[in-house]
Amino acid sequence: MTAEALLSGYAVGQRGKVSGFDLPPARRQRLQEMGLTVGCPFEVVRFAPMGDPMELKVRGYHLSLRKEDAAGIRVVPA
Amino acid sequence: MSVSDPVRRVAIAGNPNCGKSTLFNALTGLRQKVGNYPGVTVERKEGSFHGSHGEPMTLVDLPGSYSLQVRSPDEAVARDVLLGRLPGEPRPDIVVAVVDACNLERNLYLVAQMLELGLPVVVVLNMVDMAEKAGIRIDPAVLEARLGVPVLPMVAVAGKGLVELRQAVSRNPLSVPRAQAPLPEALRREVAQLAARLDSRAAEAEALLLLALHGENGDEPGRYNPKILGAVREAQERLRLQGLDPVSAPVDARYAWIQEICDAAVKRPEQPDAGWSDRLDSFLTHPLWGWLAFLGTLGLMFFCIFWVAQKPMDWIDAGFGALGDWLSGRVPEGDFRSLLVDGVVAGVGGVVIFLPQILILYFFLGLLEDSGYMARAAFLMDRLMSRVGLHGKSFIPLLSSFACAIPGIMATRTIESRKDRLVTMLVAPLMSCSARLPVYSLMIAVLLPAAAVWQKVGLMVSMYVLGVLAAFTMAWLFKKTLLRSETPMLLLEMPPYRWPAPRSIALRMLERAGIFLRRAGTVILALSVLLWALATYPKPKNPEATPAEAIAQSFAGRMGHAMEPLIRPLGYDWKIGIGLVGSFAAREVFVGTMKIVYNLEEEDDDAPLRDTMREEKREDGSLVYTPLVCIGLMVFYVLAMQCVSTLAIVYRESNGWRWPLFQLAYMTALAYTAALVVYQGGRLLGFQ
Repeated sequence: MTAEALLSGYAVGQRGKVSGFDLPPARRQRLQEMGLTVGCPFEVVRFAPMGDPMELKVRGYHLSLRKEDAAGIRVVPA
Repeated sequence: MSVSDPVRRVAIAGNPNCGKSTLFNALTGLRQKVGNYPGVTVERKEGSFHGSHGEPMTLVDLPGSYSLQVRSPDEAVARDVLLGRLPGEPRPDIVVAVVDACNLERNLYLVAQMLELGLPVVVVLNMVDMAEKAGIRIDPAVLEARLGVPVLPMVAVAGKGLVELRQAVSRNPLSVPRAQAPLPEALRREVAQLAARLDSRAAEAEALLLLALHGENGDEPGRYNPKILGAVREAQERLRLQGLDPVSAPVDARYAWIQEICDAAVKRPEQPDAGWSDRLDSFLTHPLWGWLAFLGTLGLMFFCIFWVAQKPMDWIDAGFGALGDWLSGRVPEGDFRSLLVDGVVAGVGGVVIFLPQILILYFFLGLLEDSGYMARAAFLMDRLMSRVGLHGKSFIPLLSSFACAIPGIMATRTIESRKDRLVTMLVAPLMSCSARLPVYSLMIAVLLPAAAVWQKVGLMVSMYVLGVLAAFTMAWLFKKTLLRSETPMLLLEMPPYRWPAPRSIALRMLERAGIFLRRAGTVILALSVLLWALATYPKPKNPEATPAEAIAQSFAGRMGHAMEPLIRPLGYDWKIGIGLVGSFAAREVFVGTMKIVYNLEEEDDDAPLRDTMREEKREDGSLVYTPLVCIGLMVFYVLAMQCVSTLAIVYRESNGWRWPLFQLAYMTALAYTAALVVYQGGRLLGFQ
């Protein structure tokens, strides 16, 4: 049993892999099309000055998303 | 290539930030036309260039998109052109798919979708120099073999690789892609079945897009008959029963394929260097330095808009003044001369004077956009914007509106959701644009003629703050009521910082200036003439009448009188009413109209106007311009929609009169109420 957590709970510098989504289909599909598919490794790069949104490094580029959506992404440590 | 159309049509497609526009500019130079796709306000850029044997070709720059599974009107246009189902727009003969070599995986996603279209595709591997610098080594031959289409390394900014591209698109005949992402068997079967029922030139690709539809693709169902949509739902149900999620299965399949290809074709450095872009980001998104840099950037931008633009604005002003004088000397005295000089020249000149500010605004916006800073600004601002239910992207249109609401409203096109785009358009004119400055300056001078500079600046800044607060409050209100919708999702690519290409910024400035000038030459010209007529006719019976007497009994003057009962609760008299009528087309006209009203039109300086207004008395001998009237008038101008050009652009961007009229009504009501509260409330509290 791996330690599954929510992406929104990850800290700067932490790496992981996407393990699943709890989001409505539209949001899920958009995230996946931007490359955040199940099994995809990522690293948390930073949070915006007001704590939200958060920036990830994924598939060799930087993507930011809100914590609200990150709370619907299940992740496991890489 | 069809027989009837001998000119080959080449479409450029790709993700935002991949250098698509640079390539388009490099191929076409100044041989380009900017317009709109019919029925939608998505910009259409077309240009001409020559193939490798000198044959003429047409190049279409499709709006940047991440996927053919569309979310914004821009993406819908890109998809519809590629599927050949946009009325009046021929399907391209070949697609040039531009990808950013530094960000290959994500960029190849759209390419994978394009390979499914059945159209010839050439992949342009742009910015290979940057990728090399970052230690990313890509083998184009391997990519070419795996993708089944030509892959051309390129540095579009430096013009490297253009010759090869010309050759590739000139080949005869063009060949279609030999590979595509393998789909799960069950999905493939459903695609084939559904495709057989579609009347489409790219039936399989369209079927695949349909199968991945989910309930929230608002505009989509209308395009298909209910039978097809029913078949889609049944197919989706069958897929789900087999444990396949139709929404994500094609995405997963494409990315799995891409990953395989990249593993074979791309070598990444073992220890990726953080790079100067990352280091710059830790400064520019820092909780303290980030904000300072942000405010500093905005400060510099507004300094340039308001101070640097001043000189050229004076020249334009003098130029139109000279033109008016020259015409006065040539055209015999009479109505025609007045029409030319006071109507056409003064009216158009009054708008063209903003050209330097608009050019500077677009210079900065181009710089911020092309350098990659715009994404950081949205990243910083998103928290604030999401509080009122908007997206970080709404920030740019609102910011632009400080110079002028017209470019601001045009900048809303990148906002994905229609409702959010409308909300942003509706509140953008509440940001104090530069046309309000002359009104604020005049009223502050009347109110505080001898005050220290900081007091005047403080009052001016509070008017700007009032506008911002009103914009945010109204946006929040609209999102809660009329245009109720969820806070839009934020998925923001943070591209690496890059040196902007001066050429592409210059081209964009030219393009925007052209749009602005065309507007000044048409809508604004017509309205200037109309307002001139209102202030000129009917003519006074007494030929000796002063201009003040003439305007008093013109239509505008009569409207001012007729309005008086309505505006008396705000503390205004009919003379201010004339000012309001006269400045309905453009706020800054208020100053000129008041000069005519007080018979001071010969005075170049505003000081006599200020003094006259300070001493102006009512019939009972009390002062007209009490502090409450001055403040109320400024508040009125902060909030009122006194700008016909903005209404015209909202009409165009929202495709109808409904929203501009609503905007006019709500802003006027808001302005009236606020001015009423200032005047009556202030009096209740014992102020004057």
